[in-house]
Amino acid sequence: MSFLAAIDQHLPVIVVLAPLLGAVLVALVRVEIASWPIAVLAALISAAAAFRLVFVVEQLGVVSYRLGGFAPELGIEYRVDAVNVLILLVVTAVSLVTLLYARQSVAAEIDGGRVPWFYAMMLVAMAGLLGMAITGDAFNAFVFLEISSLSTYTLIALGRDRRALVAAYQYLIVGTIGATFYVIGVGLLYLATGTLNLALIVERLPDVVSPRALIAAEAFILVGIALKLALFPLHAWLPNAYGYAPSAATVLLASTATKVAVYLMARFLFGVFGIHVEIGPVSVTGVLILLSLAAMFVASLAAVFQRDVKRLLAFSSVAQIGYITLGLALANPAGLTGAFLHIVNHALMKGAAFMAIGAVLLRCGSSRLDDLAGIGRTMPATAVALTIAGLGLIGVPGTSGFVSKWYLVLGAFDDGKGWLAFMIVASSVIAVLYVGRLLEVVWFREPGKAALAASEAPLSMLLPTLLLAGLTIFFGIDAEMPARLAGAAATVLLGGHP
Amino acid sequence: MRRDIVLRVAAKFIMAPLMLFALYVQFHGDYGPGGGFQAGVIAAAGVILYALINGLAAAQRLVSMALVERLIPAGVLIYAAVGLVSMALGGNFLDYNPLAHDPVHGQEWGVFLVEAGVFLTVFSSMIAIYYAFASRRAS
Repeated sequence: MSFLAAIDQHLPVIVVLAPLLGAVLVALVRVEIASWPIAVLAALISAAAAFRLVFVVEQLGVVSYRLGGFAPELGIEYRVDAVNVLILLVVTAVSLVTLLYARQSVAAEIDGGRVPWFYAMMLVAMAGLLGMAITGDAFNAFVFLEISSLSTYTLIALGRDRRALVAAYQYLIVGTIGATFYVIGVGLLYLATGTLNLALIVERLPDVVSPRALIAAEAFILVGIALKLALFPLHAWLPNAYGYAPSAATVLLASTATKVAVYLMARFLFGVFGIHVEIGPVSVTGVLILLSLAAMFVASLAAVFQRDVKRLLAFSSVAQIGYITLGLALANPAGLTGAFLHIVNHALMKGAAFMAIGAVLLRCGSSRLDDLAGIGRTMPATAVALTIAGLGLIGVPGTSGFVSKWYLVLGAFDDGKGWLAFMIVASSVIAVLYVGRLLEVVWFREPGKAALAASEAPLSMLLPTLLLAGLTIFFGIDAEMPARLAGAAATVLLGGHP
Repeated sequence: MRRDIVLRVAAKFIMAPLMLFALYVQFHGDYGPGGGFQAGVIAAAGVILYALINGLAAAQRLVSMALVERLIPAGVLIYAAVGLVSMALGGNFLDYNPLAHDPVHGQEWGVFLVEAGVFLTVFSSMIAIYYAFASRRAS
């Protein structure tokens, strides 16, 4: 019993440490066969720790962990509350499912000698994302941001297509600019308050004499993070990165990476600066609403005209991120709950969609829309998962996408912005177009040569895909669990106690 | 370049003090500027100098690519292992106090071991980057 209590005490660090140690072990052993089991085990430990943390946080409210035993003024503090425990749970759970799925996809897409490096990078990316979510230290968040970014560049560059190199380079440039902006902002905050700990920064903010440094800090930090979360119009890196990365990497990135950046933005907007503070004459919420709407419409429209399914889904991701940031900008309980619900739900359905495409890629060797013609006849289970994910993206009742959009619409009405509710519904109609185009090709077209030769995806890939698709349905019918967690997150962000 | 006696003799003279200086920077990190990162770079510079003078093949006989690729994660592992040991001894992750009989010595040991890990990873990463570029064939 005392052992379990000791484990409980170290949970926050175990969540991050397990994938990091796993990555080191994979890189050290470097045997192709051993890589996958080590990676899965590491992700399993991390997910178990995150799952346990959910209960601990529900009991205690806030869990604080001092690395090296140093006080927050001096050292790094991991701080878990209702907001980031949800992110930790999503990231670890989806990463675990992704790794379970990855084995055959990776074996087919990655050169033999590079397989261990690939798994090591997946785990490093996971550790970086979890670290960003868990840390209560602004500079430590930057370090983890860089860890996750650097590993992501490598993951993208490992794609088969030569264009993956260009995509990785493009993301490297943009990502570095984003990280630099972020660290400039953190530097200004440090200048103004003399501390890097977020909680201490908040304590000392009222004493800051000149608001100018704070305004500049907020602008730099928000734009830096916006680059990372691919907020429209800073999203140009995303479609290429998702399109050319290896399938397993795309699943991981699409369902976790941008979500953690959204969390960081929410933390700074609500936890540090206050959402209603204005940057000069510019209202943050106003800009955020405008950009979210632009993302919802422009990116959805762009998705309609894509020829490659991976790029189609990537543009859809930009649009879906728009819904999430819209929820943040509404800044009321329903809107924020909708945003966090959509973080969870989008991770599940985009994960399922990209997994299905990865399976098609394995069997047909192509993710071009035309090559998917009639794939529903030869790979029915995969196509069903893709269909469920697509319906979720539209927000059809019975899928989890409906629940989160419902909360967003409620939030819009609570804010007295009925027109926003209309815009949410109107943009979903565009989603009907691109999902409809995809489903029409998959189910109703005559199968091409590649599609006829394809057989159903292997079980090891099919089961994780169906699991995520099943959860999309399950949370669409019984949203109690995610809605409770997202509601608690919204309450904490708005300054209440869960 | 291989025949250039001035370069070869000069490099030979520089190599040993360079390595010694790396060790000095490594162990002097407690008292002044220095530490694992700087020491790792200096030591790697020695190997890179050797490779520049005697050719890549000779350098890889000295420090093979396989060794370098193992040393990179090994350094991180040492770092993390120190943290795990301090957890096992009842402290938080990377709390050096419980590593020895009193906190002062514990901190000394902790920093010493962690810096050793940093040295290995930086040293081998630098060499790996050089090898990667140097072994590229112009296409």
